[in-house]
Amino acid sequence: MEAPRLAARDLACRRGERLLFRGLSLELSGGQALHVTGSNGTGKSSLIRILARLLRPYAGKVDRSGTIGLLDQTMALDEHLPLGRALAFWRRIDRWPDRDDATGERMGELGLRDLMDVPVRYLSTGQRKRAALFRLLGQGADIWLLDEPLNGLDRDAVELVEALVAQHIASGGLALVASHQPIAIAGMDVLNLPDFAPGLEA
Amino acid sequence: MRGFGTLLLRDLAQFLPGARKGNTLLPLLFFMAVAMLYPFAIGPNPNVLAATGGGVIWVAALLAAILPLDRLLAPDLENGFFDQWALRGIAEEVVVVVRLLAHWISFGPFLMLAALPASALLGIDGATLRTVELGLLAGTPGLAAIGIIIAAVTVGLRSGGAALSGLLVIPLAVPLLIFGAGSLSTGGEGGIALTAAISLVLVSMAPFAGGAAIRAAREG
Repeated sequence: MEAPRLAARDLACRRGERLLFRGLSLELSGGQALHVTGSNGTGKSSLIRILARLLRPYAGKVDRSGTIGLLDQTMALDEHLPLGRALAFWRRIDRWPDRDDATGERMGELGLRDLMDVPVRYLSTGQRKRAALFRLLGQGADIWLLDEPLNGLDRDAVELVEALVAQHIASGGLALVASHQPIAIAGMDVLNLPDFAPGLEA
Repeated sequence: MRGFGTLLLRDLAQFLPGARKGNTLLPLLFFMAVAMLYPFAIGPNPNVLAATGGGVIWVAALLAAILPLDRLLAPDLENGFFDQWALRGIAEEVVVVVRLLAHWISFGPFLMLAALPASALLGIDGATLRTVELGLLAGTPGLAAIGIIIAAVTVGLRSGGAALSGLLVIPLAVPLLIFGAGSLSTGGEGGIALTAAISLVLVSMAPFAGGAAIRAAREG
């Protein structure tokens, strides 16, 4: 398998009339993680969507190899279905095994085992987040793009996310985490998005 | 094609009449309500009812097809389903084809069934009923295609999408209505073939128009 790679050259992003950032370049390959920081509205989510090719950059180019897994504020789970059936849809799309040990273990690890019969709309914010993480893990993508993955999670779950990202990088994956909260992962670079905001000199 | 069957099963579970999600029975009930109320409004004269009944069924079918439009695509865009599909290389066009099929299955055949009791209420004779049913068979795929296109075009609108989509559907559906209901008049048999032709054009356009509209909405 080719090592995953994610590169961006001279990206600029404009939302409405406002230029959020410009001149942003990055280059990541398998085994690397990057923490994108910045307060609300600095363009973290837009950067993630540009890198996922869901949004066209105002300028610049994105170059990547490897499959993309996206975790953002939307869950992509059917609200009216029990969690088990909502996840089963993605299981069939992504073709993960139905009930093997790894899947069951992951389910326990994320504390979802007792929630499988609960309709998604009754889940709390943290539980939804964990369900979405479960979907991300099942997808088995090379490149993780995580947009505020720690929102609404308790301390234990935060540690779990950090462990999962570390595990993903250790197994040759690539992760880009946008979060205004500190996140502890060994060897993770930091990119402060406001540094690329158009300055006053412009 | 990846996920075609899985997508179709999910769509059918959402849109078939009586499915758990919301008012899936509403279009059918609306259709029957029109057929029931029309004789009260127009009076019980059997000649008038039989002469106008077929046209009423067509108008009712068209309006019933508008009802589910605001739930057809918008919830999946808001909940991030389209993003996740795009990442997995499932094109918007494929999703729209599947959705079109599921949308038609969940109202076309049921409307044709409901036309049977409706025709009894309106005093329509057997030969006319046959023409109505054939016309609906030829026309409902076109109505479903118009519905999908309009739902995709209005998908990014936060509010007022439902009312606007209703307004947008009506002019587009006029040709179907003219030829579909026109097939009921004497010597109008060719109308069904023309209805089918319009449906074919609309159905073949819908995936591309719908896919482009959904991509545009995601960029916004």
